[in-house]
Amino acid sequence: MFCQECGKRPATLHFTKIVNGDKTEFHICESCAREKGEGIPGTPNSFSIHSLLSGLLDFNSPGSAAHSQLSPQSVRCEQCGLTYAQFSKIGRFGCSNCYNAFADRLDPLLKRVHSSTSHNGKIPKRSGAQIGCKREIEQLRRELQTYIEQEEFEQAATLRDRIRELERKLAEL
Amino acid sequence: MTKHRFSEDALSDWMRGTGPDSDVVISSRVRVARNLRNQPFPMLATSQQAAEVLNRLTEVSRSGKLDAYGRFDTILLSDLSELDKRVLVEKHLISPNLANESRGGAVILSENEAVSIMINEEDHLRIQCLYPGFQIGKAWTLASGIDDIFEDAADYAFDEKRGYLTTCPTNVGTGIRASVMMHLPALVLTQQINRILSAVTQVGLAVRGLYGEGSEALGNLFQISNQVTLGQSEDEIIENLHGVARQIIEHERAARKRLLEESRIRIEDRVNRSFGILSHAAIMDSKEAAQRLSDVRLGADLGLLKEVTPNVLNELLVMTQPGFLQQTFNEKMSPEQRDIRRAELIRDRLNGKNDHGGVER
Repeated sequence: MFCQECGKRPATLHFTKIVNGDKTEFHICESCAREKGEGIPGTPNSFSIHSLLSGLLDFNSPGSAAHSQLSPQSVRCEQCGLTYAQFSKIGRFGCSNCYNAFADRLDPLLKRVHSSTSHNGKIPKRSGAQIGCKREIEQLRRELQTYIEQEEFEQAATLRDRIRELERKLAEL
Repeated sequence: MTKHRFSEDALSDWMRGTGPDSDVVISSRVRVARNLRNQPFPMLATSQQAAEVLNRLTEVSRSGKLDAYGRFDTILLSDLSELDKRVLVEKHLISPNLANESRGGAVILSENEAVSIMINEEDHLRIQCLYPGFQIGKAWTLASGIDDIFEDAADYAFDEKRGYLTTCPTNVGTGIRASVMMHLPALVLTQQINRILSAVTQVGLAVRGLYGEGSEALGNLFQISNQVTLGQSEDEIIENLHGVARQIIEHERAARKRLLEESRIRIEDRVNRSFGILSHAAIMDSKEAAQRLSDVRLGADLGLLKEVTPNVLNELLVMTQPGFLQQTFNEKMSPEQRDIRRAELIRDRLNGKNDHGGVER
C-alpha cells in the first residue's frame, strides 16, 4: 500500500478508527508523518485529530434538505464570522454560536464521532437550573402518565401538585 | 513557592505515593473542557478578549474560592522560558498545545500538582486532575467539584441539546476525557497486545502513547481514554473506562504470572540485563531508556529486582525526557550530548546517588 500523502513511498503508519461500524482509515509513510509532526509531541502542526476530523466533515448527507440549498461557503456564523467551509477544513468551531449557525449540518457529524447527537450528562448548576427543572418536569409527567394508566389516582395527584410547583419555579427562573 | 519548583522536581507529589493497582496502572487522569458564554473560542479570540478570559478565570483562584482544594499558584505562560514550558509538558502538567500555541495562556497548579487548570488552551478552561494508580472515579469527583466552583463564578457556554460547547466537536457534550496510563509489558511480550488494543478501540475507547495524541507507545506504556463525549453521562463514561481497564489489568497480571511460570529464567535474564545496562551504560538514547526502564519496572513489580522502587522509575520516566535533562544539567544539548547525560543520570539514580549537574534540590 502506498502513502496517501505522497503516493510514492509505502505506507508504514496505519490509523484506523471504528465508531459503530463506521470505519475511517489513514495510511501514510514515515517521512510524511514526520513532516506532519507525528511522534514529536509538542510540535505545532502536530498531525492531529483535527486533520482526521476534516475527513469526516467532507461528505454529503443525503436526506438533509437544508444541505443542498446553500454552499458551505455561504453558511456563516454571524457571531464570529466562521463559514461552514472553514469549519470543515480546520475541524474546530470559532465560538459557541457556531453550534446554532451550523445546526442543520451537525447531526450527521456528531453521529459519526459520538454515535449520538444530544447531551445526557452533567448540567451546570447555576445557568442550567432551568434545564434541570425542565428535565425533572418531563420525568414527572412520564411517571404521572403511568400512575393514571394504573389508576393509582392518589399518587397521581401528589405528582400533579409537584409538577405545578416546579412549573411555578421554572416561570420564576 | 516559585514556578521553579514545578520545573525542577521531576516527581509531582501525587506520584510519590502509590495508588491502587499501581503494578499495572501508573496514573489516572480526568480532563474537563469548558468555555465561557459570549466569548469567541481561544482560536478566534483577539488578544484583548483572551486577556479578559484569562482575567475572569484567574480571578476564581485569586479570590480564594479554590482554597477548599488546597493551595494554588497561577503561572502565566508568557512568564516561562521555552525550557520551562517543555518541562511542564513532560510532567503532564500542561498540554503541548498550551505551551506552543496559546495566547493569554496560563495554568493554575495545585501545590501537589494533582490539579492543573489550563486557561486559553484549545478551550477557555481545561480542568485536569491526576491521581497515582487506578483511581479514575476519584479523579472525576475532584474535577467535577472544581468545575462547580468555576461555574459558580462564570457563565458557561452550555446548550440544552448539545451540552457543554467546545472548540472541537470531538469534546462536545460532557467535555470529559478520562484516561488511564497503563504499563503492559507482559501483554506486549506475549504478543497479545494488538488483539486487546483493537478490542479496546471497538468499544469506543482510544489508545495512545505516553505523551498523548500522536505519540508513540514507548516503554510499553499505553494511555487508554474515552473517545465519545456526547450521549453518555459522565458516570457511564467513567464506568465504561473503568470496566475495560479493570479487564486489561487482569489480563496483564495473568500474562505476567504465566511468564514467570513458563519462562522465569528468560524474564530474569531480560530484567537483570536491562538493569545492568542502565546501571553501566555511557550512552543511552530515549527509546532504549524507555524500553530498559520498562523491563526494570516489570522486574520490580514481579519481585525479581529488590534494588529499585517504583518511585525511582516514575521519576526517571520524566527526568530522562529532553527538556528535563537540559533543565537538570542547566545547559543546551545536542541529541548526542543528551544521550550521554541521560546515561549518567540513570546510572546515578539506580546506584542510589542523587547529586548531579550541580542543581540544588
